[in-house]
Amino acid sequence: MATRKAAKKPNVSAEELKAYYKDMLLIRRFEEKAGQLYGMGLIGGFCHLYIGQEAVVVGLEAAAEEGDKRITSYRDHGHMLACGMDPNGVMAELTGREGGYSKGKGGSMHMFSKEKHFYGGHGIVAAQVPLGAGLAFADKYQENGRVTFTYFGDGAANQGQVYEAFNMAALWKLPCIFVIENNQYAMGTSQQRSTSSAEIYERGKSFGIPGEAVDGMDVLAVKAAGEKAVAHCRSGDGPYILEIKTYRYRGHSMSDPAKYRTREEVQKMRDERDPIEAVRTMLLTGKHATEDDLKAIDKEIKAVVNDSAEFAKTSPEPALEELWTDIYATEVPQEA
Amino acid sequence: MATEILMPALSPTMEEGTLAKWLVKEGDTVSSGDIMAEIETDKATMEFEAVDEGVIGKILIAEGTEGVKVNTAIAVLLEEGEDASAADSVAAPAPEAAPAADAGNEVSAPAAAEATAPAAPQTDSTPDWPEGTTLKQQTVREALRDGMSEEMRRDDSVFLMGEEVAEYQGAYKISQGMLDEFGAKRVIDTPITEHGFAGIATGAAFGGLRPIVEFMTFNFAMQAIDHIINSAAKTLYMSGGQMGAPMVFRGPNGAAARVGAQHSQDYAAWYMQVPGLRVVMPYSASDYKGLMKTAIRDPNPVIFLENEILYGRSFDVPEMDDYTVPFGKARIWREGDDVTIVSFGIGMQYALEAAEKLAEDGISAEVIDLRTLRPMDTASIIRSVMKTNRCVTVEEGWPQGSVGNYISSVIMQEAFDYLDAPVINCTGKDVPMPYAANLEKHALVTTDEVIAAVKQVTYK
Repeated sequence: MATRKAAKKPNVSAEELKAYYKDMLLIRRFEEKAGQLYGMGLIGGFCHLYIGQEAVVVGLEAAAEEGDKRITSYRDHGHMLACGMDPNGVMAELTGREGGYSKGKGGSMHMFSKEKHFYGGHGIVAAQVPLGAGLAFADKYQENGRVTFTYFGDGAANQGQVYEAFNMAALWKLPCIFVIENNQYAMGTSQQRSTSSAEIYERGKSFGIPGEAVDGMDVLAVKAAGEKAVAHCRSGDGPYILEIKTYRYRGHSMSDPAKYRTREEVQKMRDERDPIEAVRTMLLTGKHATEDDLKAIDKEIKAVVNDSAEFAKTSPEPALEELWTDIYATEVPQEA
Repeated sequence: MATEILMPALSPTMEEGTLAKWLVKEGDTVSSGDIMAEIETDKATMEFEAVDEGVIGKILIAEGTEGVKVNTAIAVLLEEGEDASAADSVAAPAPEAAPAADAGNEVSAPAAAEATAPAAPQTDSTPDWPEGTTLKQQTVREALRDGMSEEMRRDDSVFLMGEEVAEYQGAYKISQGMLDEFGAKRVIDTPITEHGFAGIATGAAFGGLRPIVEFMTFNFAMQAIDHIINSAAKTLYMSGGQMGAPMVFRGPNGAAARVGAQHSQDYAAWYMQVPGLRVVMPYSASDYKGLMKTAIRDPNPVIFLENEILYGRSFDVPEMDDYTVPFGKARIWREGDDVTIVSFGIGMQYALEAAEKLAEDGISAEVIDLRTLRPMDTASIIRSVMKTNRCVTVEEGWPQGSVGNYISSVIMQEAFDYLDAPVINCTGKDVPMPYAANLEKHALVTTDEVIAAVKQVTYK
């Protein structure tokens, strides 16, 4: 699936490698639990799982620095966990409880954390792309040296506003990394059936934005590409595009009948390209960790995820007064 | 410990389904992600995956069973090494109920009217500027520019972006001279790309800046309305109060003259409907200035609806260091006893002309300029209607779902017993704007129509 040979692998320590394993495993186990809670009726509405794509956010977060910003679509749980948001707060938002990041008022698709510089969580396909360019605009205006990771999918890449944002980002040299998470399916429509170009990142060429394709099942390749993109943006050279070729194992949302691809296709990807298995193998064959070490990590993650589910079940529903708060930044009478 | 596998909800609306097929049998080992069963919902047949690893101890619901309720135990999963007999000992716990959905019924809107004959509401009737303040004649255009420039001097995070705002000096010359004063960093020409720059400005507001976005006209803002509503207006709520979009979207709105259907729409009623937005539509130059300054300082997204025909009109503007006008405070231009005429923006021109002519016929009209539509100073309307017992609303927008419709409903709910006649809404005609001069004049609301409406409600 990757169209490009993996970039020169960065030197990573055993500790870093273990951290990536742990971060990816947290996302996978968290998402599995979310799927379970959805099945129990504790999570409602839309719920889009990130399983299979874990190496994308974990690799890019490894390339980010404190203060850098990130914004994404509605498939956002992985991004939030990867940037250090509290699994309890994320899971409680999924269940629509007071302890959620948005006090239960946002849901799966609408979560934010000012503290972790996570700007959502957006439910309109591709709306986050100009918004992300705008965050980068603010950084450039404030001359604070920060960069913004603006994530969107191969489906969003066909929205007009993406190219409006590319144009202005290039024109104004905004420090924005456009991350195309190409998981090959826009809901149920494959890239071949929806997108005229095979390499979406090449669309940046007409705006003068450099970019590259990256193997999104290889966390180290993602990290290496992320570091290159960050260096480009931070030096004032304007935006950069990373088209990260990845794969989602689960449906588009929980109510996806999965009739547009074969079970074998999914199974082959899981068996041969799983990003977590790859790091696990690396850790074991490189003798950076023993089976027991990894079991201990598994156990630790399982506990974190179970705690988050418990918190999300027991956190109370928001008080009814919450219906009327946060509509305006300073409370004013709704009616004069 | 043995755990029960429950019938999953596989869509937002699923309550029950058919367990079409088991793909595992008792004694099989499963791990996370393995497909265990096929379940038919009302929409589709879907695969059901294992989320934990273990051994299928017992299948409780046979394949082919229809109408299996969500959360019914369908199988028992044993942990590695656990005896199959553990499957029998699992007590069936009550399924965890989803949060009650009817809780919202207990909440009633805070504005719900209760009493049948309420006392006249309190209103703020302080004058906009202190007595004795020096006044100067200024056009709406100059007042707007002064309002923006004063705020840009005051706060470095305020900037202006839009098509032709910088080097061209503004398509309607509103930003004349601002590029020279503030430089290209803060007065920014954009490409013709409303959807994109409205999104970039909203993102910049999330990032701590205070953008002023000029739309060459609000007709073009239809390309950008997704960001105005879905991104700017809703984020504060969706984030539980963590972040919002302190910014101003401004530009001419409504009909200019002879520019045809696609350039002549009045969006007042559209934006007025949206919680999270503030909506301003001034008439006089002092209000353009004072409300623009308030809009820039407000921590919420503000829709500032201007009018091209008013840009060149001159009004008294107070010479004060920092003149602001609060949101949600109507201005009473004329006091009167026989009828209340409520308007805003360019509608005020017809309202004031009509009041002048009606006075010659001995009809005393009170004329209220709302100035802001959200929040709306309905208290001032109610107070006036309690005195005059009659009301006519005036606007250029279309009749169905108009601002006047909303005002009528508020009056009916809060001052029904005071009304001596039905409220009449004078609006633009229910047609796209025609180009021909005679047709266009007829499509807009006219002073004569306002006079006729007043005579109708006063039975004169």
